[in-house]
Amino acid sequence: MVTLEDYGTFETAWCPGCGNFSILSAVKKALVGLGLKPHQVLLVSGIGQAAKAPHYIRANVFNGLHGRALPVATGAKLANPELTVIAESGDGCTYGEGGNHFLAAIRRNINLTLLVHNNQIYGLTKGQASPTTEEGRITKAQPQGVPSAPFNPLAVAVAMQAGFVARAFSGMADHLTDLIQQAVSHHGFSLIDILQPCISFNLVNTLAWYKKRCYALPDDYDPAQWEPAMKTAMEWGERIPVGVIYRNKRPSFEDHFPVLKQGPLVGRGVDQKKVKQILGSYA
Amino acid sequence: MTDRSVNVVFGGEAGQGLVTIGQLLAKGLVRNGFFIVVTQGYQSRIRGGHNTFSIRTSAEEVRAPQETIDLLICLDIQTRAIHGPELSSQGLMVVDSGWEGNGLACLEVPFKKLAAARFSNILALGVAGALIGLPEEVVGQALEEFFIHKPPSVAGENRKILKTAYQWTEGQPVSFPKLPYPSHPGRRWMMHGNEAIALGALSAGLKFFSFYPMTPSTSIALTLSPQAEAMGLIVEQAEDEIGAINMAIGASFAGVPSMVSTSGGGFALMVEGVSLAGMTETPLVIVVAQRPGPATGLPTRTEQADLEFILYAGHGEFPRAVFTPGSVEACFRLIRKAFELAELAQTPVFLLTDQFLADSYRAIDPFEVSDLSPVRPGTEWSGPVASYLRYALTETGISPRLLPGRSEHLVVADSDEHTEDGHLTEDLSIRKQMVGKRLKKIETLVRQVDPPEFSGDTKPDLLLVTWGSTRGSVLEAAAKMRSKGKRVGTLHFSQVWPLVPEQFMGFLKEAGEVVCVEGNAFGQLSRLIRQETGFQIAKQVLRYDGLPITPEFIIKAFEERFH
Ligand SMILES: Cc1ncc(C[n+]2csc(CCOP(=O)(O)OP(=O)(O)O)c2C)c(N)n1
Ligand code: SF4
Repeated sequence: MVTLEDYGTFETAWCPGCGNFSILSAVKKALVGLGLKPHQVLLVSGIGQAAKAPHYIRANVFNGLHGRALPVATGAKLANPELTVIAESGDGCTYGEGGNHFLAAIRRNINLTLLVHNNQIYGLTKGQASPTTEEGRITKAQPQGVPSAPFNPLAVAVAMQAGFVARAFSGMADHLTDLIQQAVSHHGFSLIDILQPCISFNLVNTLAWYKKRCYALPDDYDPAQWEPAMKTAMEWGERIPVGVIYRNKRPSFEDHFPVLKQGPLVGRGVDQKKVKQILGSYA
Repeated sequence: MTDRSVNVVFGGEAGQGLVTIGQLLAKGLVRNGFFIVVTQGYQSRIRGGHNTFSIRTSAEEVRAPQETIDLLICLDIQTRAIHGPELSSQGLMVVDSGWEGNGLACLEVPFKKLAAARFSNILALGVAGALIGLPEEVVGQALEEFFIHKPPSVAGENRKILKTAYQWTEGQPVSFPKLPYPSHPGRRWMMHGNEAIALGALSAGLKFFSFYPMTPSTSIALTLSPQAEAMGLIVEQAEDEIGAINMAIGASFAGVPSMVSTSGGGFALMVEGVSLAGMTETPLVIVVAQRPGPATGLPTRTEQADLEFILYAGHGEFPRAVFTPGSVEACFRLIRKAFELAELAQTPVFLLTDQFLADSYRAIDPFEVSDLSPVRPGTEWSGPVASYLRYALTETGISPRLLPGRSEHLVVADSDEHTEDGHLTEDLSIRKQMVGKRLKKIETLVRQVDPPEFSGDTKPDLLLVTWGSTRGSVLEAAAKMRSKGKRVGTLHFSQVWPLVPEQFMGFLKEAGEVVCVEGNAFGQLSRLIRQETGFQIAKQVLRYDGLPITPEFIIKAFEERFH
């Protein structure tokens, strides 16, 4: 039996009232719900407030560089596919600095889960615009208003036919926990873009702002349909859908490597006879 | 002909099949016990341009390329113009009939009359083989192996052309001196530097290799990819170099020996990852095949100008080791050592080569691999689960490394400064302890240093100091100077970091004069030696025109500048 206690309790460095807390607790609950033991789980993050989350969970952790959680997670998953790998970071980390890795992870369809704490702002560096900040928003670093259009990670992911694309809201805790369980269970790359208030630097997209707008996708919504999914991914404004927006059954990246059929790479030795044969072909 | 060696140069446009015939001739030579040093000169384009494939060969060991050309095979007219002036005194040029030799010794081959245009390169191969005296049978066999995956008629047709070329050439009234045959032909392999790196890595237990294509490092990936399935490894072309190095760090953290390879521009992108490996204490092998910079520089030429970049790459302070092999054999030996050391010290380890060595085929004595053991990631640890600390402070600075998911222990690694259990901290007293812990590992690295290789006269009048691929040319230049009565020694660094002054200061101090020979404009090894020891190497032979240093280049520098 795995319990919440197994995943530990830690003192955090977050502002009281921050959306990160409920995401943290949802992740722990989801892992417990899935019956995963801490040593079976690897959490990989980049840098930012969100990226600290793995430090507050008792599991294997690799807290790497800004924007680089996905390649580290990909390498670890390939070395040992038996690990349940979850990459967790902020919107700046994942969509800004890590943009190219985000696209590559979708293309690979590597079997891991990406949780993005999307507070539409840079928290740790104190309130600059992030790739998801709305156009025209005034910040200390963008006093004339943000000059670029916001990035829509869900539309991009659906457009690229990512394996599992979902939006969540930190204020809908049970819904979020359920989505995380679905994402981790999905065989292939899973993205959950989690809307999260930042009480210190994003004074527009507050808890109340999201609460007013976020609605759960109805039960008869079919995430297997690509075109409606594309439309749903674009929905933003007065009403914001949350739930599994798109899902497919593409083979995962690891499925393409015959060497992984015999189990993980880690722990395997070297057949020097084969090396000798290869060397012999240079005669 | 220089000292019983012959320098055969095929020149032509990219797309004319020049590398193929160069490799075939080289293979024929190696099979017959000859030694070779191949230098490939190419331009950054797929068709057209001007390329060369040079084979210096001899019955006795040769280690360096040669600038003058003994046999120049011109597949296009440009080759005659560019390289005609480099013919040696007994040199011969092979051209198409009607091109004329411009007063140089020249054999005109009626290419169009002898075969269809698409066979010109095989004709050229046959003419070259016949002129140097390599039996048709030998070249023919190499040719057949080359076409092994094609229908047999293809090999047959090509054999016919080869025969035509041999018969025609043997009927010509030219007297190109035949190569003296090896008296005891040894069985050797033909391999270039990048192949030796790839194969050495396989024998060391490489299980994860990620890369982003960049000349001249790409052939490491091309050597590994076809072996991935049989050898149980994953080769992944990443989205960019940043992705490549972070992926390899992830794989290594999860417990498999990992490597990335690139060239200077790609390495510039990897630098943040180097620092990450240093901070998280993740073993990682990084191969950098140098080419001239700055920026994209001369993409297909050679240089040794990234030494300082590699030494200091990465922000913050952490231990590293840098190997600089001087031969194809050393590429194999030192990449293995790089894996062992990366695992032992849990830190990034570099292997620094360059385009010349990367592409340089040699005849090498077979490696015995049966008794070579692969690297085993992770350590034995029998403590209780709850007390495992990834960054435990130890005497040596090396902490028990366990692998995530392989036991109940939890492994926590962090790029932020961290506590012994891997969690980020802003406690400045822990910070100091952690810096101390990481730097302690330098002692382990120092104990494992591959000492510089001294050869030649002891207490010499002249000591030539060098590193990396320039070794062969320095050895040969020194031998030539000695044959003229000068007392000359050489000192080659196959590892440039850490430096252990006790290993080499004696040689520097005992020599009458010390001259550093390297392929860059700053004299980077000289600067490093002065920085580490205070010893000033006043004179330098430096080359940075994109070509490898040759014995002639060194000797000419002495004749022109120092005496
Ligand atoms: C290479 C690099 N660039 C910049 C930074 C500084 N930095 C730290 S966190 C951060 C932004 C974090 O924003 P986000 O990912 O949205 O996370 P949040 O703090 O809002 O959770 C930046 C720019 C860094 N640590 N490393
Ligand atoms: S700055 Fe914002 S995101 Fe960071 S902890 Fe505070 S509220 Fe949360």
